[in-house]
This record gives sequence, C-alpha cells and structure tokens, in this order.
Amino acid sequence: MNMPVRNTDNVVALPQATAGVLPMPPAPGKPLLSRVVPVLGEIAVRVVPPLLVLVLILVVWQFMTNSPKASLPSPLKIWQDSKDLIVDPFFVAGPQDIGLGWRVLTSLTRVAYGFGLAAVVGILLGAIVGQSTWAMRGLDPIFQVLRTVPPLAWLPLSLAAFRDANPSAIFVIFITAIWPVIINTAVGIRNIPQDYRNVALVLQLNPIEYFYKIMVPSAAPYIFTGLRIGVGLSWLAIVAAEMLTGGVGIGFFIWDAWNSSRLSDIVVALIYIGVVGFVLDRLVAGVSTIVTRGTAKS
Amino acid sequence: MYLKIDHVDKTFQRGSQSTEVLRGITLDVAKGEYVSIIGHSGCGKSTLLNIVAGLTDTTNGGVILEGRQVDTPGPDRAVVFQNHSLLPWLTVYDNVRLAVDKVFRKTKSRAERDAWTLHNLDLVQMVHAKDKRPSEISGGMKQRVGIARALAMEPKVLLLDEPFGALDALTRANLQETVMALHQKLGNTVMMITHDVDEAVLLSDRIVMMTNGPAAKIGEVLEVPLAHPRKRLDLVSDPAYIKCRTAVLKFLYERHRYVEAA
Repeated sequence: MNMPVRNTDNVVALPQATAGVLPMPPAPGKPLLSRVVPVLGEIAVRVVPPLLVLVLILVVWQFMTNSPKASLPSPLKIWQDSKDLIVDPFFVAGPQDIGLGWRVLTSLTRVAYGFGLAAVVGILLGAIVGQSTWAMRGLDPIFQVLRTVPPLAWLPLSLAAFRDANPSAIFVIFITAIWPVIINTAVGIRNIPQDYRNVALVLQLNPIEYFYKIMVPSAAPYIFTGLRIGVGLSWLAIVAAEMLTGGVGIGFFIWDAWNSSRLSDIVVALIYIGVVGFVLDRLVAGVSTIVTRGTAKS
Repeated sequence: MYLKIDHVDKTFQRGSQSTEVLRGITLDVAKGEYVSIIGHSGCGKSTLLNIVAGLTDTTNGGVILEGRQVDTPGPDRAVVFQNHSLLPWLTVYDNVRLAVDKVFRKTKSRAERDAWTLHNLDLVQMVHAKDKRPSEISGGMKQRVGIARALAMEPKVLLLDEPFGALDALTRANLQETVMALHQKLGNTVMMITHDVDEAVLLSDRIVMMTNGPAAKIGEVLEVPLAHPRKRLDLVSDPAYIKCRTAVLKFLYERHRYVEAA
C-alpha cells in the first residue's frame, strides 16, 4: 500500500533536481504539464468507457421506446415529464410534493438508525459468538436460520409490535443488516492469531482492553466486510419497507408514482436509489481502508 | 533459587489420545543468569518455555519465581516470540507503549512512560523507526522492537523463544551482539530456546540439552566457562569455546540423534 506513495515521491523529486541544475524559467512549467497529463489520462481511462456505455444504453433505450404505443417511457419523455425531479432534488412545493433529495434523506435517516444499531449490536454479538465456543454452539444455528428470513417478512410482526410505521421500518433495517455483521465479526474474531492472544495474555490485558486493543483492530477487515454487506442490504430493505409503510421516503414515492401512473418519476427514483446505494457502499469501503490501514499482514 | 522449574511433567490430552511431552523437568536458574535450552525440533522446548511463561499449564509440578508459584502469564516473565508478534495496526512506538502503559500505569507518570518507551527503543537502536508500522520495517528490526517491548516490562525473567530463528545469518549475528550487550548492561535473567549450537555457546552461561520427545527430559547441563563480554571472532579459536561446542554437538548428533517420526 506504500509503494504507490513512494513512486509519486520519486516522480516529484526528479524535476526538482533538474530545476536546481538549470534555473531556466520554462523549466518549472514543463514538469507541471508532464505531471498533469498522466493524471488527466488516468481520469479519462476511468471515466470515458462508462460514459460511452451510458450513451449507448440511452440511445438503444430511446430507439426501443420511441413509438407512442411503447409501454415504458423513453429517456426524452422522462426528461420532459420529470425535469423538476431531476434538476432540483431539494425543492419544496407542498407537504407531499417535495424533491427526491428530501425523500432520500428521510430514507437515509431510517437507514442510519437501523444500520447504526445493527452495527453496534452486531459487533458485540459477533464478538461473543467468536470468542466463546458455547455461545457459538448455542447461537449460531439460530442465526443461520433467522438470517434467511426475507426482510419484508419481518414487517407485519414489527408493525404489530411497534404500532407505528417509522420504528417498524427501522426495525426491518436493523434485522436485515445485523446478520452479516454478526457472522463476519465472529469469523474475524475466531481468526485472531494465537500470537496476538499470547501478547494480550503476557500483558494481562483485561477483557475491555482486549476488546479495544486486540479484538476490534485485528478483526476490523472482517467487520468491515460485514458492515459493507449490511449497508447494502439495508438500502435494499428500506425501499421495500417504505412501499408498505407509506409516509415520506423514496420507497413510498415509487409506490405512489405507480398508483398515479407516473412511470417517468419511477425511473428517476430508481436512478436516485442506485446512486445513493453506490455512494453508501463506497463510503463504508472508504472508512474501511482508512481504519484497516495497518492491519495488513506484516 | 531465583527461578525454579520443579519436576514439571506435561501431557497433552486430545480426545482419548494423550501425548507425554515433558517428563520430570527440574531446573534452577540464578538471578542474572543466561540459560539456553537446546534440543531437536519437537522435543518440547517451546512447551517448556510456554510453561514458564504461564501460557501452558503443567500436568504435574510447577514453576517458582522468587519464592512464588507462577501459573498464569504476566509481564514479570516477558516473552520475545519467534515471529515477533508485534501488533500490525500499531506503530513501533505504540507497540512498546502498550506494554509500558499496562505495566507502569500506576507507578509512572505519562511523561515518564513516554521517556521509558523511548529509552527501551534506544536500547535496541530503533528510535529512528518509532513512527513506522511493523509492515514497514525488516524482520531483524521487528525482532528488535519485540525485544524492546519485552525489556520495557522490566521482567524478572526474559523468555526468548527462538528469537533469531526466522532471520538470515548476518542479521542474526547482529542481533546476538545486541542481546549480549543488553545482558551485559542490564543483567537480566534470560531463558532462551534455540536450536543453533553456536548461538547457545556464544550467549549462554549454561546450556540445557534436552533429549528427544516424547517424554523429553533434560539430558545434560553444560556450564560455559567463558568470561563476558565475549567476542565472536576471538572465540572461534578459543579452546574452551571449541570444547563446549563439541560437547553440545556430540550430545545432539551422537547420543540423541534426531529420528524423523515416520
């Protein structure tokens, strides 16, 4: 992970040395250009292919849905119908007529509560299951059964228990996201090398110190894998749950649009959901690379 | 006696199968003494070290350190592990500091603990790399930090489990010099596991030779009558050194030849 950093250092160092020998005015300009060009090339290599594919998809889509009898809207029609939704995510024109950005934020708040709770409880439960053989024998079969229950199957029960839409939706997120967190944390903790355990024993770390100083950092790569799967599942579940619970939220927006035959709005909402899901995943992955920087095998 | 290993037996039980590893190990180590334990691989020397460290319990017998029986691990018997066992997510400094904070939390102030951490890194000449992570330094350097971490606990006994086993010959020689100098300077009581005859003779005051397992015993104990500080190059032609070396080699390769378990 350090190699690329060193490489850039070398690249920077060379022109500086040349500038020292030849103090000519054009000298500093040239390395700047030669430094910028490869970066631009790198960006182009990453950005151009997906853009091309996107354009291609839009063209084919437009072509296929061009006739007035087509059952689905074409890209141009979506633009005409739902321009306000695409251009301004944060408009407020009435209690139920608000930008998709607001709806996404409402859904994200629910995900934040549900997923946050799932992360904390999941890591603690996973730590117990990973640490104790008896806890594993007792709990693991139950977890394995419960984790296969589809998120929405929990909804009626949670509605009955909480008697309110919002906590029910949060509970569905929680129960969906917790299983991968528990299972991955447990695996990570079972894989803590004996060496680290011995170090902890010799130092006489107490259980709390052991948890913070050995367990969590050592299992961090596994924990983050679990969190990443969990956040993806949360986002899947919230849309479905909101369709059923109603209120404000991106999921209910889709259901509402379907009931009033605003197909263009649905397509726009789908794109919003996809982009937000992608950003969530990247976010957890980014935090993971920062936090687990040192845990690579040495 | 400072450290007494008293009639220790160890039998590993796995299901209905039991393997007797050690039988009747009795050994006294004086304060400030450097004792090496040598034997073929699989003879249970690491098990013996783990028993002294408290990481493995005994089947019979026990270990007494300064008049008190020890059967749990603790920083008074610091271990330098064969594969360094540094925590990869902590810097060199933080690896040592973790031990310092744990052992001296009540007795030293924050500034004193910082100074003590740096002092111990300085003993092994690793201050320059204090902000690096273990993955960024070489194997020999990692082992140096491992030694600094152990020394920083001010242990009553320093336990070295084949500390140079994973290093190349030059690095190993270098580290042996460091350990010799440290022993000379600090006067720690050291118990070292090794399978390197030259290393054992060069570093030790006494060499404990173990027979082959199962049920390994102490075969012979050899005094090394060489004055400290010892110089590697001078010893090569020293008759006492050659005599010790020959004695250990004869024990290992004549009387207790390693028989590969088929």
